[in-house]
Amino acid sequence: MRKKDGVWKKVAGLIRPYGHYLFFSLLFAVVSVALTLYAPILVGNAVDEIIGKGNVDFVKILEILRKLAVVIIVTALAQWMMNLCNNTITFRVVRDVRVMAFAHLQKLPLQYVDSHPSGDTISRIITDVEQFSDGLLMGFSQLFTGVVTIVGTLVFMLSINVKISLVVILITPLSFFVAGFIAKRTYTMFHRQSQTRAEMTSLVNEMVGAQKVVQAFGYKERALKEFEEINERLKECSLKATFFSSITNPSTRFVNNLVYTGVGIMGALGAIRGAISVGQLSCFLTYANQYTKPFNEISGVVTELQNAAACAKRVFDYLDEETEEEDSVAALEIGKADGSLKLDKVSFSYQKDRKLLKNLNLSVKPGQRIAIVGPTGCGKTTLINLLMRFYDVDEGTIYMSGNSIMEIKRDSVRKNYGMVLQETWLKSGSIAQNIAYGKGDVTREQIVDAAKAAHAHSFIKRMEHGYDTLITEDGGNLSQGQKQLLCIARVMLKLPPMLILDEATSSIDTRTEIMIQQAFEKMMEGRTSFIVAHRLSTVRKADCILVMKDGNIIEQGTHEELLEKRGFYANLYESQFA
Amino acid sequence: MFQLISYLKDYKKESIIGPLFKLLEACFELLVPLVMASVIDVGIKNRDIPYIMKMGGVLVAFGVLGMACSLTAQYFAAKAAAGFGTGLRYDMFSHIQSLSYAEIDKVGTSTLITRMTSDINQAQAGVNLVLRLFLRSPFIVVGAMLMSFTINVKLSLIFVVAVPLLAVIIYGIMMVSIPLYKKVQRGLDEVLMSTSENLAGIRVIRAFCTQKQEEKEFEEKSVFLLRIQMLVGRISALMNPLTYVVVNAAIIAIVWYGGLKVDGGEVTQGEVIALVNYMTQILLALVALANLIVSFTKAMASGNRIVEVFALKPGIVDADREEGETAGELREDVNPESYAVEMHKVEFTYGNTKEPMLSGITFQVKPGETVGIIGGTGAGKSTLIQLIGRFYDVSKGEVKVFGKNVKDYKISDLRQMIGLVPQKSVLFHGTIRKNLQFAKEGASDEEIHEALRIAQAEEIIAAKPEGLDTMVSEGGKNFSGGQRQRLTIARALVRKPKILILDDSSSALDFATDAKLRKALREHVKDTTVFIISQRASTLMHADCILVLDDGKIVGMGTHGELLKNCSVYQEICRSQMSNKEVEKHA
Repeated sequence: MRKKDGVWKKVAGLIRPYGHYLFFSLLFAVVSVALTLYAPILVGNAVDEIIGKGNVDFVKILEILRKLAVVIIVTALAQWMMNLCNNTITFRVVRDVRVMAFAHLQKLPLQYVDSHPSGDTISRIITDVEQFSDGLLMGFSQLFTGVVTIVGTLVFMLSINVKISLVVILITPLSFFVAGFIAKRTYTMFHRQSQTRAEMTSLVNEMVGAQKVVQAFGYKERALKEFEEINERLKECSLKATFFSSITNPSTRFVNNLVYTGVGIMGALGAIRGAISVGQLSCFLTYANQYTKPFNEISGVVTELQNAAACAKRVFDYLDEETEEEDSVAALEIGKADGSLKLDKVSFSYQKDRKLLKNLNLSVKPGQRIAIVGPTGCGKTTLINLLMRFYDVDEGTIYMSGNSIMEIKRDSVRKNYGMVLQETWLKSGSIAQNIAYGKGDVTREQIVDAAKAAHAHSFIKRMEHGYDTLITEDGGNLSQGQKQLLCIARVMLKLPPMLILDEATSSIDTRTEIMIQQAFEKMMEGRTSFIVAHRLSTVRKADCILVMKDGNIIEQGTHEELLEKRGFYANLYESQFA
Repeated sequence: MFQLISYLKDYKKESIIGPLFKLLEACFELLVPLVMASVIDVGIKNRDIPYIMKMGGVLVAFGVLGMACSLTAQYFAAKAAAGFGTGLRYDMFSHIQSLSYAEIDKVGTSTLITRMTSDINQAQAGVNLVLRLFLRSPFIVVGAMLMSFTINVKLSLIFVVAVPLLAVIIYGIMMVSIPLYKKVQRGLDEVLMSTSENLAGIRVIRAFCTQKQEEKEFEEKSVFLLRIQMLVGRISALMNPLTYVVVNAAIIAIVWYGGLKVDGGEVTQGEVIALVNYMTQILLALVALANLIVSFTKAMASGNRIVEVFALKPGIVDADREEGETAGELREDVNPESYAVEMHKVEFTYGNTKEPMLSGITFQVKPGETVGIIGGTGAGKSTLIQLIGRFYDVSKGEVKVFGKNVKDYKISDLRQMIGLVPQKSVLFHGTIRKNLQFAKEGASDEEIHEALRIAQAEEIIAAKPEGLDTMVSEGGKNFSGGQRQRLTIARALVRKPKILILDDSSSALDFATDAKLRKALREHVKDTTVFIISQRASTLMHADCILVLDDGKIVGMGTHGELLKNCSVYQEICRSQMSNKEVEKHA
């Protein structure tokens, strides 16, 4: 990806497919602005034909009004078309970028996802995309119509009367100046307001987020006191920020009034001298009202554009994150693996300076059961990240069915594993859909069988809608144990040749665990399995126990062998019954 | 919805003065075209330069007065809005804090948080807008219409036709598009949910190789959103062109019929111009109004969401008490001789589920005893202990603490006796000292250190150069799971509770630390009644009494040894966790 490209260039790239819409949008903008400005001239001309009692030229008026009617209809049409074009561009670009960003997410290395807070990524894909396209396109179209209006008005005004035009041109910048002055003053107020708001949000987050704890400890009164203090401060800041920001409007309106008065007086004096007709004066007055508006808007548009550009940059930064290297064309599709695995001198580190796995060697025969134990941070999860190619090794090779996994398609590697992770993840959707997840067409029977095997059937059956019960966001209507059971059922349905169980049973109570173990027992038959667990009872039956510490396998063997050794494992085991 | 207006009660003066001054300002604006008309009809016609200058002065004066009125209006509107927001925020925070577990479970905390923050901000901005501008636009429209009457009654008929027509157009478009905007919001929520769901499940998605499927689903959702957005866009894009056409058609009518009237000598040229100006003013006011309605609908939606929160009634409230009865007096009738905790035929049903979560629960615990609770997923262990602190109310039966029904306690007094260590260890932003004082206001450093010592957490503090002043980041992210658990245990100990409840709170501790913790608890908090929920039989083995729960019922009660003899569920659990030798050793 080319990082150097400017934000604007990339934006242009996104809009390119809708270039014809943009062209028409601009065209309609010019037409509607020009005609909007032309209408007051026609009205002025008509008024000039209405001089006084018995002195009205109806033939001319009729002609002018006919023209006016056409102008109005064309203007309205142009306005509508312009809006439609703008909407089309904005909404489609948003959709395009979102779909692109989402697809990008599927290709990003896990390292990115692990090291970036998810809230940040979400706000880039959702809020920033919206703000940038909204702000950019609306801002752009406002800026464009604004400039066209200003230029058009100037041209029309100058063509009617130079002197009066000068009054408008000279006084208007004043409103710019006033608006700028106020904006500078209000910035600090807004800054203070948003700081206080942030302070409040984090307090609310904590106190409401952990409300159960707050209640249990009777902290409510003190929480309220803390809250009130911030709330009072917020009241002050927000009063000031709101008031000072709302000064802008009356102030620019005042300048506007000055322009209007100036035009009125100069125009009236001119009319006495005969330099300008009354109709032209009325046209000027309309212009005086309209002329300052785009100026006021433009100052707002500039901040909006800056904001939009900042959002765009965040979106592009995200899109520029390097993706996982694509599988090479020569990558193998190995189908069902035989279950053998070999790690040859594998080294890995998340950060260059801290080696996590060093020179790891391991040979696993098909159907073997490998238990990995050790204290937190010893590298157990890392090993799994490498086996499934969530991360790639720095040195050495991992062989699956005799092939280096670097030479096998990623999907082909991953399809050979069934994984149950410590953090249960379920999709919003029905329970049946979740069990069938990742497997195309399955019958209800197969789903029920898998659930039965995972001992999930009984609790599912008891739910009001059984297998069609919808899982709410984050699985809120299920207990942790039930979620885990569903994750197990999900794997049960696929039964791949190798299994990875990452502390999967740690949040399930022992009794359920017994049932699960029985099910696993059956599932593991003839399947290579890796079990990561803190609980020694679950690993006792393993063919081989890997005891890991600080990224190394320090002991290796069966439960009995390791106990005899009286080493680290034996120690760990004894401590259970201290 | 309208109950929220009561938050303006203390700002009556501001809420009236604000709009009033805004209207005054609008009056000055409405007078301008009349002044210009007389400039044309008197000044230009009579070549009266001093008159023109005088009228110029009048216009500037109007401008100054208009600005003064406007600023006054803004100030009072801002003041009322800020006061509104502050009062509302305080009440809502207080209200949320008074909700019981059952209500919070129902709504979810993240919803409460957004309503507390962004929705109230929206509502506050809405109030400000309404006070400042909502009356102004209609007033200008009506005012301009009235002014036209003063010029010429017959010509004003054009206004009488045009203005309702405009109202119908605006109202119609709003009516059609507002429900659609809600749909847009829902579509956006879907897209948002998809994204966050994917981020959370990225490992599973890759392990199941379902990236393509996820992409397809996301695209479908995005396209759906696009479709409604386009539909809404097409409808609301009609607003400006339609109003423009109506207003200008009215201007054509004014010029034509105005011409007729001027020809007949009823109306002057300047007055025709004034009428045209009034029409333009109406157009501008309507554009402002349309924008305003959009922001106002947003504020209304926020207001509705806020009202929903207030509609949640706290399910658990204090027992009726005699006035003047103090906490101290209540505490005195606690009977030290009676059981510390006693449950009698307790049944409990969650929300609107059919099956009871707990049923037929009966047991007694003497002060100072340690009770272990063990059982399957969803057996009701956590629910059971939450009944002790009356975090939920029982459906049937009764729960007594120190001989008194929990419903007869003042809730804060009841909970004051309990030290709860929840399953999920939550710490707060602030120093460690502040976190530990959470349970007891003003606890001394000695008390804190003692609690830390018992909770096996002293080494955590010792390793930090700032000691008790070490900052805990939000949610306690700068501490490991095991450290957090020990700190939350210490927090509960600081208040020297009569009843200590550990809800599976040592799961992240290694076996050695867990054992040390249990030993320290045995030795140091002898008088405290302790409830321990655990999935490890080894953690509970030494308890004076173990309750074995299965599917909401007590299926076994007794010591480790007794249960091994007569409780099949318990035997099953033990056998899965220990070797036969070990099981017998402790029997």
